[in-house]
Amino acid sequence: MSNEAITHGAEVHISHDTHHGEHVHHHKETFITKYVFSQDHKMIAKQFLITGIIWAFLGGLMSVLFRLQLGYPESTFPWLEDILGHWAKGGKIQPEFYYALVTMHGTVLVFFVLTAGLSGTFANFLIPLQIGARDMASPMLNMLSYWFFWLASVIMLSSLFVQTGPASGGWTSYPPLSALGGASEGSKTGVDLWIISMAMFVVSSLLGGLNYISTILNMRTKGMSMTRIPLTIWALFFTAVLGVLSFPVLLSGFILLLFDRHAGTSFYLSDIYLASGEALPNEGGSAILFQHLFWFLGHPEVYIILLPAMGMVSEILSTNSRKPIFGYMAMVGSLFAIAILAFLVWAHHMFVTGLNPFLGSVFVLLTLLIAVPSAIKVFNWLTTLWRGNIRFTPAMLFSIGFVSLFISGGLTGIWLGNSSLDIHLHDTYFVVAHFHIVMGVASFFGMFAGIYHWYPKMYGRYLNNTMSYIHFWITMIGAYLIFWPMHYEGLAGLPRRYLDYSSWVSFNQFGGLNRFISIVAMIVFSVQLLFVFNFFYSIFKGRRVTSQNPWGSNTLEWTAPIRPGHGNWPGEIPEVHRWAYDYGKDGREFIPQTEPVGANESHH
Amino acid sequence: MSLTTIFILTILLLGFLITFQIAKASEYVGILKGEKKTLEQNNRINAFLLILFLVGGLIGVYCCHELFKGKILGEAASDHGQKIDKMLHLTVIITGAVFVLTQVLLFWFAFKYQYSEKRKVYYLPHNNTLELIWTVVPAIFLTVLVGYGLFYWFKITGDPPKDAMVVEVTGKQFNWIMRYPGKDDVFGRKYYKNISDKDDNTLGLIWSDVPELNLKADKAAQDDIVTDKLMLVAGKPVKLIIGSRDVIHDVGLVHFRMKMDAVPGTPTTMWFTPLYTTKEMKVKTNNPDFVYEISCDQMCGKGHYSMKGQIEVVTQAEFDVWMISQKAKYQTAVLDKQKTDKPVADTTAKAAVVNNVAPNTVAVKK
Repeated sequence: MSNEAITHGAEVHISHDTHHGEHVHHHKETFITKYVFSQDHKMIAKQFLITGIIWAFLGGLMSVLFRLQLGYPESTFPWLEDILGHWAKGGKIQPEFYYALVTMHGTVLVFFVLTAGLSGTFANFLIPLQIGARDMASPMLNMLSYWFFWLASVIMLSSLFVQTGPASGGWTSYPPLSALGGASEGSKTGVDLWIISMAMFVVSSLLGGLNYISTILNMRTKGMSMTRIPLTIWALFFTAVLGVLSFPVLLSGFILLLFDRHAGTSFYLSDIYLASGEALPNEGGSAILFQHLFWFLGHPEVYIILLPAMGMVSEILSTNSRKPIFGYMAMVGSLFAIAILAFLVWAHHMFVTGLNPFLGSVFVLLTLLIAVPSAIKVFNWLTTLWRGNIRFTPAMLFSIGFVSLFISGGLTGIWLGNSSLDIHLHDTYFVVAHFHIVMGVASFFGMFAGIYHWYPKMYGRYLNNTMSYIHFWITMIGAYLIFWPMHYEGLAGLPRRYLDYSSWVSFNQFGGLNRFISIVAMIVFSVQLLFVFNFFYSIFKGRRVTSQNPWGSNTLEWTAPIRPGHGNWPGEIPEVHRWAYDYGKDGREFIPQTEPVGANESHH
Repeated sequence: MSLTTIFILTILLLGFLITFQIAKASEYVGILKGEKKTLEQNNRINAFLLILFLVGGLIGVYCCHELFKGKILGEAASDHGQKIDKMLHLTVIITGAVFVLTQVLLFWFAFKYQYSEKRKVYYLPHNNTLELIWTVVPAIFLTVLVGYGLFYWFKITGDPPKDAMVVEVTGKQFNWIMRYPGKDDVFGRKYYKNISDKDDNTLGLIWSDVPELNLKADKAAQDDIVTDKLMLVAGKPVKLIIGSRDVIHDVGLVHFRMKMDAVPGTPTTMWFTPLYTTKEMKVKTNNPDFVYEISCDQMCGKGHYSMKGQIEVVTQAEFDVWMISQKAKYQTAVLDKQKTDKPVADTTAKAAVVNNVAPNTVAVKK
């Protein structure tokens, strides 16, 4: 198997090389081909990243607005009316707008930031550079992948300006609420735009995913067998497989929803009498069917978000501990196990929908099984740190933060995955705390780690260190201050998606805490602005990178020039002779993958 | 924009500028000092901060618990709830131990193995024994949790006892409608197209023939009692048949630790035994305003956050008295109105009064 891969890789490498040689000499790059409709994977990665940053800013801003409401439900803010008009009548965020905000916050961050912004950026940037390829298998499709994402972004953005408001039935868009304009203002034009935008997004994700898979399988350089590729690549590979297999199911769910909305079908609708006094003709549909289709993507989706972060964190922890990643094969195996199990647990989001209890029990078992590969990963990361020689670069700090958050959020998954406990905790703030820590913040930490680590490769400059450290520490402390106390609100049964608890005897005891969380959230948001500033400022003014391999890393991207052109390596693509993690071997600090195995080198 | 807003924005901007200037200056200092020295210094500071974060964090976790433990989870008010609480405690202990262990190791290792010129790293690519240990040990603990959880899960979702009282709960935007079967103990048939809020038939009960919908009158529906409050008996199991008129809602019963979606077109069920009357809970929680509330736990539209239902748990004797005082919906919505309609035909003066009153009462009920 590995021999085959090597010969095949060599062939590809030769043909691509000659082709590229001609390309460079006969083709002059214009502004349009270099920065806009670029087919260079590195430029496409930057396009994904910067679009992701813009969306993260908007999504974060939305959360600041609804945290304002949650923290100060009795106050009015006249300036909100100045900015938002009738959405904030009298300086108070209106319920319709609150729900539009939480819906858009979820959609934008889950799909546009942590899927497109994360995988889109790092799969594009790292796959060719780390496996030793000139570019993606199909640069053209890769370019289209970004532009479909751009189209999805434009449509989603435009839905914010529709008279009846954007989709506001939650990021999960459960019908009948999302199917009936008569049940919610946001389900009028808003949901149509939401569905169209998401369809574009699915296309983008599929184009990207197929490209990532074929590139990893077919275009590895000579000597780069599958067991030698860095863990980032393994993680991105499984991510792409998850996306390719599950996004189409989501799309089918959306198409049925579109039919129910406009073609009079009854896939999800049955026995509905609207408050306006209208009884709908639809009978025999199942609202729960949509939830099955949605979560068949929805659960793999959380791993689509998390796996790239895990991969990058593995790489960064090893590099900066100056020590090999512990248990490479176990890391690959656990990624594989997680990818398989990701498809078999979706109904744990549906324990209280009236699901057959026996079926529920199967999903409990499969869900808690995920804790085993997750535990392996955590202990392997810990062992990687053990007896290392650790450099706390900003990327390393974010990686350590990732592990800490992954532990905290992962353990509460054991609570929620156990159906009996889920009866009490379902749809409370406990769930909000759980998924924000383990999927939201942890993946953001992975993304930050990736940005800090590969920024020198992307732009040939460093980010400002002091701002990076401030960014890390305030974000780390803030993340725990925001989300840790939410567990207690959840234990007290506080339902999610309430904009005011004051009228409830059972839930009005957390006013002070909600205010505290809101204040911390605003501080953390403003520190993210500092990061964004640092990011753009350093592109132009950052300290220049002077050495080809600033982190003393083994992987191939650091053998390319400081600012690689299209094609990555000016001469031959380097050949690989070993795995990516020979740190601290035989008394040497690091041994790059390109170095042949010495005659006297020890075996492991 | 108000003055405070401008003030806050100015402070933010200033803070930002100062941070930026310091950051820029420290970069120059770093260059002057030399890369190696800067790295070592940053390393020491961050390693120290990491261990500080661990210690501070663990203290914070403890304080947070002390602060909020009184605000969560009073005693569970149902038998299922007590089981769920027991499981919760076991899960807290197991996951809590793992949490402390792994977080301490993470930050301790980070601190202890911070960069030093003298340190030789230990080349350790893998160790099968270790990896086997942390595959098997978590698997064992998880098996315990799964076993325990499923044991309760099947008890909670299993069949209710034969003597359980049955009540139907229907969600609509944005309140709850309860139905008791009445004297015959049978829920009469209903059909959603027969719902009419203006005729006070909020559930679409088929009291009489409806030829245009091809429905035959169901006698069993005529004694059904429709209320907006859920009355339950302490110590008596109750089974709820849950439905929805429009979108998906969820019957959330925080004190009983129970929850079940209300899905249009697909009835669901849940059962439990309330243990304490509302009066007893007022004493137990030391809160004279205590009420059992039904919260909607599934996003259902703009009024989701205010979709509240009330439950009163009473003794059997009190329940019987209440039940006797209740009139069948058919009686109040149809028969009583026909009675009042008759005099309307006789004297026009009275009719004006009645017509004025009737819509008002309906409005109040809503």
